Amino acid sequence: MSGLQIVLSVLAALVALVLVWHIVRDEQPGNVGFFGLVALEAGLVVQLVWGLVRVADDHRGVSVFPYLGYLIGALLILPIGFVWSASEKSRSGTAVLLVAVLVLPVLFLRLHDLWSAHV
Amino acid sequence: MSERAATSTGFGRVLVFVYGILAFAASGRATFELTTKYTEAPFPYTLSIIAAVVYVVATWALATGRRTIALATVSFELVGVLAVGFSSLLATDKFPEASVWSDFGAGYGWVPLVLPIVGLWWLRVSTGSTTGG
Repeated sequence: MSGLQIVLSVLAALVALVLVWHIVRDEQPGNVGFFGLVALEAGLVVQLVWGLVRVADDHRGVSVFPYLGYLIGALLILPIGFVWSASEKSRSGTAVLLVAVLVLPVLFLRLHDLWSAHV
Repeated sequence: MSERAATSTGFGRVLVFVYGILAFAASGRATFELTTKYTEAPFPYTLSIIAAVVYVVATWALATGRRTIALATVSFELVGVLAVGFSSLLATDKFPEASVWSDFGAGYGWVPLVLPIVGLWWLRVSTGSTTGG
C-alpha cells in the first residue's frame, strides 16, 4: 500500500479502538472519536485527489472503473455512516461507525490490488 | 416515512448499513461486469446481477420496515449463496470467472454467507410497528 494508505489504516485502527471502548462502556463517542473520523475523512479526500491524478496519468493494465468506484466508495462510507448512525443514540449507532471505519483498510487493499495490475 | 421502522432501529441500524455496503459493492461489480466483459462468462456474471438486485431490495426493505419483502429477499439470498457456493465448488467449468456468491462469498470475507442468517434472526426477534409491505 502507499504511505498515505498505511497511515490511514493505522489511524482507522486507532479510531476503531476508541469506538470499541465507547461501545463496551455503552456511552456516546466524544471529541476524540469525532475528530478521529474527521481526520480520516480529510485523508480520504487527499487519497481521492491523489488517486485521480494517478489514473489520469499512465494507467495501462489498471481497471479504471473499479478503481474509481473504490476511491469514491472510500470517500462516501464515513459520511453516510455518520448520517445513518446519527439518529441511533445507542451502542448500535456507534457500531455503524465502527463498521464504516473497519471497511476502510479493506478498500485500501482492493485499491492496492487494482493498481498492482499496472504494467 | 415518518414512523421509524423496527427493522432499522437498534441492531437493525448496523444490519442495514452492512447490507447497504454489500448492495453498493455488488451493484458496482455487476455494472462493471455487464458493461465491459459480460460475454466472457455470462453465467456467473448473470448471478452477480441477481445478487446485486437482491442486496439492493433487501437493504431498502429492511431500512423501511417492509418485513414481507425483507423476509423474501433475505431468504432468497441465503438459498442463493448456498446454491451458488456449492455449485461453484462442484461445477467449476460453469464458473470460469467468480460471481459475488462464488465459494460462499469468500471474496467478501464470507459476509454474504453470514449476513442472511443474521438477517433472518433479526427479522424474527425485532418487534414493534410494522409498516406492511
